[in-house]
Amino acid sequence: MKAKLRDILKSQKVIVICSLILCVLFLITIFAPWIAPNEPIAVNLTHKLQQPSLDYPLGTDHLGRCTFSRILYGARISIGFAMLIFISALSIGLIIGIIAGYKGGWVDQLLMRFGDGLMAIPSLLFVLGFVGIWGAGLKQVILGLILVQWVYYARVIRGMVLSLKEQNYITAAIISGSSTWTIMKKHIIPNVLPSLAVMGTLEMGWAIMNLSSMSFLGLGVQPPIPEWGAMIHEGKSYIRTHPALMIYPGLMIMLVVVTFNLLGESLSERFGVKRR
Amino acid sequence: MSLLQVKQVNLSFHSRKLFKGKDQTNKVLNDISFAIDEGTCLGLIGTSGAGKSTLGKVILGIQRPQQGQVLFQGYDIYNADKATQHKIRRDLQVVFQDSYSAVNPRMTAERIISEPLENYEKLTIGEQRRRVIELLERVGLNEKDIKKYPHQFSGGQLQRINIARAIALKPKLIVLDESVSSLDMVTQSLILQLLNELKDDFGLSYLFITHDIKAAFSISDHIAVLEKGELVEHYHSKDQFLSSKHPAVKRLRDSILAEHPRFRTITTRANMG
Repeated sequence: MKAKLRDILKSQKVIVICSLILCVLFLITIFAPWIAPNEPIAVNLTHKLQQPSLDYPLGTDHLGRCTFSRILYGARISIGFAMLIFISALSIGLIIGIIAGYKGGWVDQLLMRFGDGLMAIPSLLFVLGFVGIWGAGLKQVILGLILVQWVYYARVIRGMVLSLKEQNYITAAIISGSSTWTIMKKHIIPNVLPSLAVMGTLEMGWAIMNLSSMSFLGLGVQPPIPEWGAMIHEGKSYIRTHPALMIYPGLMIMLVVVTFNLLGESLSERFGVKRR
Repeated sequence: MSLLQVKQVNLSFHSRKLFKGKDQTNKVLNDISFAIDEGTCLGLIGTSGAGKSTLGKVILGIQRPQQGQVLFQGYDIYNADKATQHKIRRDLQVVFQDSYSAVNPRMTAERIISEPLENYEKLTIGEQRRRVIELLERVGLNEKDIKKYPHQFSGGQLQRINIARAIALKPKLIVLDESVSSLDMVTQSLILQLLNELKDDFGLSYLFITHDIKAAFSISDHIAVLEKGELVEHYHSKDQFLSSKHPAVKRLRDSILAEHPRFRTITTRANMG
């Protein structure tokens, strides 16, 4: 048992290391209020732009807020909402993809052509549109990203359902008297989900990137809420004198996105799942 | 009245390519009629591409023909109401050729076999498990196999599981679509023996679809020959088949290897050299 575990650790180094990093990040996200030394939104102008110290492990920003605490709380927003985007897009994609793949015919054509139409428009354009209607905010950004992202899932899932549908065990299930719903529940969804988990890991990096870039542009998270992209945005006026304000949140984005992508790549290599 | 009656079934597939002119029509089944009586086995022989498996699908109710009727116990299976169709399904089961693709790789033997039971019989968990074990033992497997996954079985064992699933609801007719063709000779004869036993025990009828004439002989009461979507001959005994003059039948007959090369009727490269 122990030898086997060691084998897995050795042969799947990337997967193990990436998973460990992500586990730590998730724990940080959950326990941010207990770890953070200071209030992330407490303004203290007498301590502004300080160097790292025991009180402020990564120094303070232009309003005297603790950079370290802000990064910890920022992880909550970045990772949490990226997951929200991922799960919503996945659910919509799963439902539409399965219906399109299983029903086929004009239902399939209608849903997929509608999806193609949405895909033709970049998500930034949707976000800009929503911001134009309702003003800048996290809700608008999330909506814009989900609206385009589900199409990718739907396409992949539709493809998988199409090939699953040809399997004899689906025919056998029909002949055994199983209803369409039972077939979905017992045969199709369990066979589609593992590949989606792999694809989802890759998509998480994408979602975090996009969320942060929208916030950097000032469209997403509004001050004083800490978010990595928004922190870079706030720090950019001090790039000459205090580059650390941009570097730390930037490094965090890089770490998370690279970890998710590496994990996704090696998982898909390991399990032979093709992306898109 | 016959258990199953197939009346003038016609089926063709259309393929239409964009920018490529006219529709292409591919006639797969041409005016097919036959009947299967209760407790008998009809062997359906034909070469690859003759439309055997498609005919099997038509009978199973999953491929609607353009013309003609399929009557099962007197009900037209394509035009019956939902409730009747659900009732017919119960008595009409299938065993496919490829035993691996016919089972969901993520399900245990127990879940595979209990799928039809869940759909038709409301059993308690204990009763259902007892039924699954009974079925496993009936097809020559063991109670221990109940928790195994498909990849832990051999091809022959897995085919037994497929048979167990097919007989779980005590159906009237089972379509055996090349069910023994991908097994080795020893396993083949064991499975055929099992099928013969089950036929007698449950009073089953079979439609035995195959290209293997010897296998067909060992189980069938009647033999029908399908060529290019047409039912060319229908025999009620083995001798009739062996003495037939029809060219398609002759070709099939010649393909049986003689017990000794000396008895071969066709010239092969080996004895030409």
